[in-house]
Amino acid sequence: MTAACYGVAAWLLLLGCLGIVRSRHLVHTVVCLSVAQSGTYVLLLAIGYQDKAGVPIVNAGGRTPVVDPTVQAMTLTDIVVSATITALLLALTVQISRRHGTVDPDELKALRG
Amino acid sequence: MTTAVLFLALALVAVSATAVVLTADPKRQAVTLSVFSLCLTVLFVVFQAPDVALSELAVGSAVVPLLVLLTLRKMGRR
Amino acid sequence: MRARDVIGLVGAAGVAALFAAAFTRMPAVGGTEHLYRDLVLPAALRATTPNLVSSVNFDLRAMDTLGEETIVAAAVVGVLALLQPPRREIPHPRGNVQPAVRFTGWLLLPVAALLGLDVILHGHLTPGGGFQGGVVLATGWHLLYLAGSYPALLKLRPLDTLEYAEAAATAAYVLVGLAGLLLAGSFLANVLPLGSFGSLLSAGTVPVLSVVVGVEVAAGVVVLLSRFLAHALGHADEESR
Repeated sequence: MTAACYGVAAWLLLLGCLGIVRSRHLVHTVVCLSVAQSGTYVLLLAIGYQDKAGVPIVNAGGRTPVVDPTVQAMTLTDIVVSATITALLLALTVQISRRHGTVDPDELKALRG
Repeated sequence: MTTAVLFLALALVAVSATAVVLTADPKRQAVTLSVFSLCLTVLFVVFQAPDVALSELAVGSAVVPLLVLLTLRKMGRR
Repeated sequence: MRARDVIGLVGAAGVAALFAAAFTRMPAVGGTEHLYRDLVLPAALRATTPNLVSSVNFDLRAMDTLGEETIVAAAVVGVLALLQPPRREIPHPRGNVQPAVRFTGWLLLPVAALLGLDVILHGHLTPGGGFQGGVVLATGWHLLYLAGSYPALLKLRPLDTLEYAEAAATAAYVLVGLAGLLLAGSFLANVLPLGSFGSLLSAGTVPVLSVVVGVEVAAGVVVLLSRFLAHALGHADEESR
C-alpha cells in the first residue's frame, strides 16, 4: 500500500509537469498545474494516514486513535489558496491573449531571451 | 476491505488525472477537471480527512471549472 | 516540440528516480508513529476543541492561517488589478435556463447559503471551518446566476460591501491576534473563555477566527468571480444574435 500511495502522488506530480511541458494552450497549462498540486495533497495525506484510525474529530474521552490532523490542516488551506492562485493565473492568461492575440506558448515570442 | 477501497480510490485518481492531462481542448478539460476533483474528494474521504474533502469538493467542482470556462469565453472573443 | 518532449521525459525520469530513492526511506503508509498528532490531541482537548484540524488551523498554528488568508486577499487584489472592469457598458445578455433547473436553483439557494453558514459557524465542532464554509457560501450565491439569470445576480450582489467586508475581515484576524497579544502576552493566543466541550460557544477564539476567515474567503471568491463574469458575459451580445 505504501508503494501505491506514494506512487500515485509521484505520478500526479510528474504527469502535471509533463502536461505543462507539452502544452499548446495556456489554459491547459494552468489546469495541468492544478493536477501537479493535487499530487502534493495526496502525498501529505498519505503521510498522515494510520490504518484503522478514525477522523480527527474527538469526543471528550478521546480513546480511539485518529489520523494526523496537522497535514490535513496544511492541505485544506492549500486547496483554497491554490484556487485563488489559479484565478490569478487565468487573469494573466486573459491579458496575454489580449496583448499578443495568441495563447499558444510556442508562438509567444515576447518571452524569448 | 479498507485497503481495497483505498486502492480503488487511488486507481480512480490516477486514471482521471491522466484523462485531465491528455485532454488537449481546454473546454473539455473543465469537465474532466470536475471529475478528477470528485475522485480526489472520494480519496480524501477514504484517507479519513473530511475537512480536506469538503474543501476539495467546494473548490474543484464549482469554482475552478467555472473560472476556466469564463476565461475561455472571454478569450474566445479575441 | 520534439526536443522539448525528450528533455521533459529525461527530467521526469530523473525526478522519478529521486522520488523512488526518497520514498523507500520514508516510513510506511498507515504506521502508528505520528509525532504531531500525539502533540496536537492533548493540546486541542485542553482548548476544548473537538475538531483537531480547526484547532491546528485557528489555535495552535493560527499564524500560518494568517499568511494563507493574506495570500487569498493578495490574489483577489491581483485579479482585480489585472482585469479592469470592461470599458464598454454592455446590455445584459439573456440566458436560456430550463424551468426545472430554475426551480431546483430556487429550492437549493437557501439550502446552500444555510449550509455555508453552518459549516463556518460549527468549524470547531464538525468537519468544516472558515475556508470550506466560505467557498460553499460563495458558490451557493452563484446559484442565482447558474439557475437564474445574470441580472438577478447583479441585483443581489452588493459588490462594494463585499470588497469592504473582505478587507475588514483580513484586518479583523490581525486585531484578534493583537487582542491575544495584549491579554495573554503572545500573538493569536486563545484568550476567550473556553466553554464546555461540544457547545457552540466554546474553544475560545477558534469560532471567532473561523467566522472571520469565512467572511474573507466568501467575499473574496464572490469578488473574484464577479470580475470574470463581467468580462466573459459582457461580450455575449456580439455573437448571440
